[in-house]
Order: sequence, then C-alpha cells, then structure tokens
Amino acid sequence: MSYELIGISVLWLFLYGYVIIASIDFGAGFFAYYAKATKRDHIINQIISRYLSPVWEVTNVFLVFFFVGIVGFFPTTAYYYGSALLVPASFAIILLAIRGSFYAFENYGSKQSNVYMFLYGATGLLIPASLSVALTLSEGGFITEQDGVVSLNYWELFTSPLAWSIVALAIVSVLFISASFLTFYASRADDKTALDLVRKWALFWATPTIIMALTTMIALSQRNQRHYENMLDLWWVFGLSMGFFVIGMGLLYVGKHYGKAFIAIMLQFFFAFFGYGIAQYPYLLDPFIHIEDSVTNEAMGIALIAAFIGGLLLLVPSLILLMRLFLFNADYAKGKK
Amino acid sequence: MEFDTVMMSRLITAMTLTFHIIFATLGVGVPLFISLAEFIGIKKKDKHYELLAKRWARGFVITVAIGVVTGTAIGLQLSLVWPNFMQLAGNVIALPLFMEVFAFFFEAIFLGIYLYTWDRFKGKYTHWLISLPVVLGAGISAVFITTVNSFMNSPAGFTMINGEFTDVSPIGAMLNPSTPVRVAHVLGGSYVTVGAILATIAALALLRKKTATEYHKKALKMTVISVFVFSVLTAVAGDASAKYLAEHQPEKLAAAEWHFETERNADLVLFGWLNDDNEVVGEIRLPGFLSFLAHGSFNAEVIGLEETPEGERPPLWIHYMFDLMVSIGFFLVGISFLYLVLTFFKRWNANNKFMLWLIAASGPLAMLAVEFGWIYAEVGRQPWILRGYMTVDEAATSSPYITHMFFLFLALYIVLGALFVITLRKLFKNNPAAVELEKHYPELNKGDK
Repeated sequence: MSYELIGISVLWLFLYGYVIIASIDFGAGFFAYYAKATKRDHIINQIISRYLSPVWEVTNVFLVFFFVGIVGFFPTTAYYYGSALLVPASFAIILLAIRGSFYAFENYGSKQSNVYMFLYGATGLLIPASLSVALTLSEGGFITEQDGVVSLNYWELFTSPLAWSIVALAIVSVLFISASFLTFYASRADDKTALDLVRKWALFWATPTIIMALTTMIALSQRNQRHYENMLDLWWVFGLSMGFFVIGMGLLYVGKHYGKAFIAIMLQFFFAFFGYGIAQYPYLLDPFIHIEDSVTNEAMGIALIAAFIGGLLLLVPSLILLMRLFLFNADYAKGKK
Repeated sequence: MEFDTVMMSRLITAMTLTFHIIFATLGVGVPLFISLAEFIGIKKKDKHYELLAKRWARGFVITVAIGVVTGTAIGLQLSLVWPNFMQLAGNVIALPLFMEVFAFFFEAIFLGIYLYTWDRFKGKYTHWLISLPVVLGAGISAVFITTVNSFMNSPAGFTMINGEFTDVSPIGAMLNPSTPVRVAHVLGGSYVTVGAILATIAALALLRKKTATEYHKKALKMTVISVFVFSVLTAVAGDASAKYLAEHQPEKLAAAEWHFETERNADLVLFGWLNDDNEVVGEIRLPGFLSFLAHGSFNAEVIGLEETPEGERPPLWIHYMFDLMVSIGFFLVGISFLYLVLTFFKRWNANNKFMLWLIAASGPLAMLAVEFGWIYAEVGRQPWILRGYMTVDEAATSSPYITHMFFLFLALYIVLGALFVITLRKLFKNNPAAVELEKHYPELNKGDK
C-alpha cells in the first residue's frame, strides 16, 4: 500500500472517530435541551452530564487531528478547501468555540441557565450542518478557480439538493448515534426510567436516518455520477452496513444487550462511511485534488506515518485508562464515585 | 495603511493569536505549578499546598477551555487565511503541527483524569503522578509549535528548485537554526509569566483580606521563587536569541535596535524616538553594548539595517516592543530577587505592602511582555511569512469575506473574554480560600490559617 493510501485511510478513520464521538456529544446537547423543554430533564440530565464531564475536551481533538493531518499529507487541500471554506469553516469554529467554552463556564461556574441549554442544544445541530458542507464541496461543481483565485459558488451550494440532504443526514445521524449510545450508558448505570426514555428516542431516529441516507444517494447520483456508480460497485459494503443496522435495531427493540446494539450501530456507520469514502477515490476534491498528485513528498509522508504510529502507542493506553475510569466504570456511571 | 485582504488577513491572525497566546501561556505553565504544589503538599504533609493545587486546577479548567477553542480557531485559520502558505510550507513543516495534536491529546486525556480523580486512589503519589503527563504534554506542545514559528523565521530542511521544495527533511526543518534559542525563551517565558500571575493572585489576596494569610503566604513564596529562577533562565535564553539574530536574521535585530549602519563597538539604543530625518532622539545610549549583546564582545561588528534591501526591512516601531519586553524582564528579575533577599533576612518583613504591590503588578506586566515579545517576533519577520521564500502578500487568501470574518471573530473573542472573567469571579469570589479551608480541613487549627 502506498503511503498516500495509508495516510488517507488513517485520516478517514480519525474522521470516523470524530463522527461517532462528536455525534454522542452533539446529540446529548440536543436531548438535554429537549428534555428540559418538555420537563423531563430530571430523568436524563444526570446521565448526560456524568458522561460528558470528563470527555468534553477529547472530542475536539479528533477534528483538529483530521484537518491538521489532511493538510500535512495533502498540502494542496489547504489551498482549495482553505480558500473555499473560509466562511463555512469560520462559522463552524465559532459554534465550536461557543459550545466548548460555554460548557466549561456553565459546568464549573454556575447553575445551568436556559440560554446556555438552548445554545448547547442548538450548536449541537448547527456544527454538524456546517461541517458537512466540506463533504458536499468534495463532489465538485461548487468550487471554481479563475486566474489563481479559488472561490465558492454560494448560490449553487444553497440551491443544491445534495447539500441539503447531506445536512439533514448529518443531523439525524447525530441524533440516532447519540440516542443509541445514551441507551447503552443508561443501562450501564442501571437507570431504568432514563433507559426507557432514551431507548424510545433511539428507535424513533432510526427511520429518518435510513430515509435520509437513501435520499442522499439519489441526490448524489444527480451531482456526481462517477462517485455514485463507484458506490454501487461497492454494494456489499453498504449491504454490511444495512445488516448491522438491522442487528442494532433488533437488539434495541428486544431491549437486551445495549452495548452490542451500540457496537452494531457503530459498525453500520463504519461501513457506510468507508464505502462512501472509498467510492470517492481517487479524488479528494473532484476534479481539482487527485490523491496521487496532491500527496506530500515521501520524506514527510513517512515521517507523518511514523509520528502517527508513535502517537497511537502513547494514546491508545491513555484512552483505555480514561474509559476504564469513567465510561465503563459502572460505579462511576451510577454516580457512586 | 490600506485595508485590503492581505491587511485583513494579518489583522485577523494577529487578533486570534493575541487572544490565544494568553491562554496558551497559561496552558503551558499552570500544570507545572499545580504539580509542584501537590508534590510539596504530599511531601510536607501540608494541606495548604493541596488546596492550592486544587484551586489552581479549578481555575485552570476554564483557561483550558478557551485555550482549546481558540487553538482550534488558529489551527484552522492557518489554512483558511493563509492557504498559499500552508500549501507550500505544509510540505516541510507539517510534522510538528501533526505531533502537537498528539501532545495536546495526551495532555487532555490526563487532565480529564487528573481533575476527576482527586480522591479515587489509595496512594497519595498516584494522583500526583497523573499530573506529570499533563505538565509534559503542555510543554511538548509548546516546543512543537515553537519549531513551526522558528521555521518561518529561519527556514531549513529542504532545497528549493523551480519554486518547489525538494530533498525535504522534516526533522531538519524542525531543528532549524532558531529552534533551540526560541524554544528555551518561549518555555522559560511561559513559566515566568504563570508564576508571576499566580504570585499576583496571592499578593492581592494578602493585600485585600486578612484571612487565610498562611495559605496565601505559602503560595506567594513558592511562586516568587519560581519567578526568580525562570526569569533568570529566560533572560539567558533571550540573550542567546539576540546572538542568534545577529548571526542569522541581522535585519530583525537591527530594526529592533535602530541600528542603521554596520559598525564595530555599536551602541545599544534604549527607547527614544525618530525625528523627521530618521535620526534617533531622546534615547538612552549604552556605548558598545549592542556589540556585546550581539556577539559577546564590545568590539564586534554588528550588521546595520542599511545592508537589507529597502523592501525587505521590518517596520521600525518594533523597537518599542523589544525595549518594553526587555524592561519588564529585568523588572521581574529585580522584584523577585528583592523578595528573596527580604525573606532571607528574617527580621525584615518580606510581605510588606510596598513589596506586595510590586508583586501584584508583576503578573499583568509579565503577560504584557509575552505579547510584546510575540509582536516583536512576528512583525520583525515582515514582509516575509517564510523568510526569504514567501511574503505575507503572496500567502494570504483572496477571499473578500475576510473582513466580515474579522468582525465575527472580534465579537467571539469579546464574548469569550467577558465570560472568562465573569466565570472566574463567580468561581472564586463566593468561595474564598478561608471558607474552603474551614470546610474541607477543619483539623487545621485557627492559628494555621
């Protein structure tokens, strides 16, 4: 495997990691607000805050890792995406900043106010929406280059069915992933009333997730025929994704093995996400950035891969320690520690 | 001054960094002091130090939050605002940027564990050990980022052929000529500044209230000793930086020192201003000292600004940034030394009002010195973004929306800054050290507080 393929696979894996971890976090924010608005916050907010407190800063790092890594492996992406994404990415930064810092202010500073809960819930849906613009742009036709000036065609973007269906898919996926994780976490904490509530949400958000995934496929077929046909060639990957979705739903419905149900849903997204990514090969930005042409020099590519392996050796044990102390420590989840 | 996209790009980056550097500095330094305090507390079995570590850690969380979000902002802005620079430089200097994320990740994980496990381990040292990866991660992050900035000043680790970088050596780029002196100066500067800020907090508490004086006196002593040690080290590193500049970036030193003509036995010019004929007026002149600063000998030749082509000279106002930074540095060495002398001779009261006011001033001044030093480092590199290879004009985005983004981010930083102050006040004002000592450590008798 050439080093550009290793590079993009690793980055895609990290982006997948971000999608899962950030979805849990973003969705939890929305559910916390929704529960408060419908006066059910006493049921689930304890669970949500016990999960979020120790991990909130970890989430952001996955995103930073992805964009620093992609600029490192494929410096041309800085030129095209950097130029085109100035406005959408700036909005995403501001939303992330509001969310991240308000979390600390409120949690450590004072009691939770309504304004804060609203912002926390709203940013949870707006951030995935603004970040998903990058995926839309990669399909081509939105970015133009003239006389060395790269610009984004906003009209084209805002009137594109693909852009809107990706936004909608991002939002419903966030809610689905988050609800199914919270179901697992509530069962872990032995909190029966919270479990009933979040399980209902998980079952509810499954349907829109599948509908939006299919809608996005149709919109994609009209925007980028090549990408769409590559995806059809990878039908078995999406078949696996669908299979895991059915398993996950089955377990949630029966009301057993919530941990395994969440793993199945993670695998559902894993296969869909990788199927989508592999089908976009060889482009990082259709038609400007071709993976083989845009990759950095060999010395840097190898250095980055070496740094990555070294980094993982350091991080994986640390992450396992974090999870054992908080996420998967039943006493902690129950609030005894 | 023309407010074109290049100017707006520079302003938005300057604004983000001016704001971020405050929290970055705190982020590098505070973990060291938390760790030190916890260690001393365990060693001396002194609950005061344990509480110090706890209270500092609590305040630290808020600064980390802003550090993280503004760090994410500048990380993305590098590509959004300077796409041409990142496309070119990314080929050579991506490695430390990438590793910095790992270092931060490492730090964030252990910080999370540290904050939530105060009473979860049996052995007292176990919890303290968790602070070490935080201290280390914070320090290494600073090292990596400083190598990137050093690379912008003294590019190395590649050969340029037909506008493209070949023979790239990522390690060579990281270990470029200015890296050692700058890393030392940045790390030392961060530790001094944080020591001074924490000393300011203790001094103000002693000036204002008469409660928990033992607790605050211990904090004061520990932080001022650190200020002395680190300010001396930072001054040494600063001196090495000057010698580096004289050799590798003479125009930056010359512009900062208003040294226009190449000469031996060059004078050091302090403050003053330039008249209409560009002559220095009203300055303090130390004969021969610039030669000494630059080369360690009063007779050495120092290259003047005349040897740099006119279009490649940095603006002359950085002279003030340099002088202010150095003056504050000497002030910090002096104040902390004075305090140590007073403490050494027991019959003099080291905690007298005058001394406390001087220490109270040192925190904000130290942070100003960080800002001045940073402005000097960046503006002194102009017009280059990558010295000798790419100017800021060539590097900036061409998007006309950069002006809108400037105001958007300005609003963000105002909100964040205001909420930061409000939250910290809430956190500590209603919960002073005296109250916490009473509540958590009732075993300490009244006399100890």
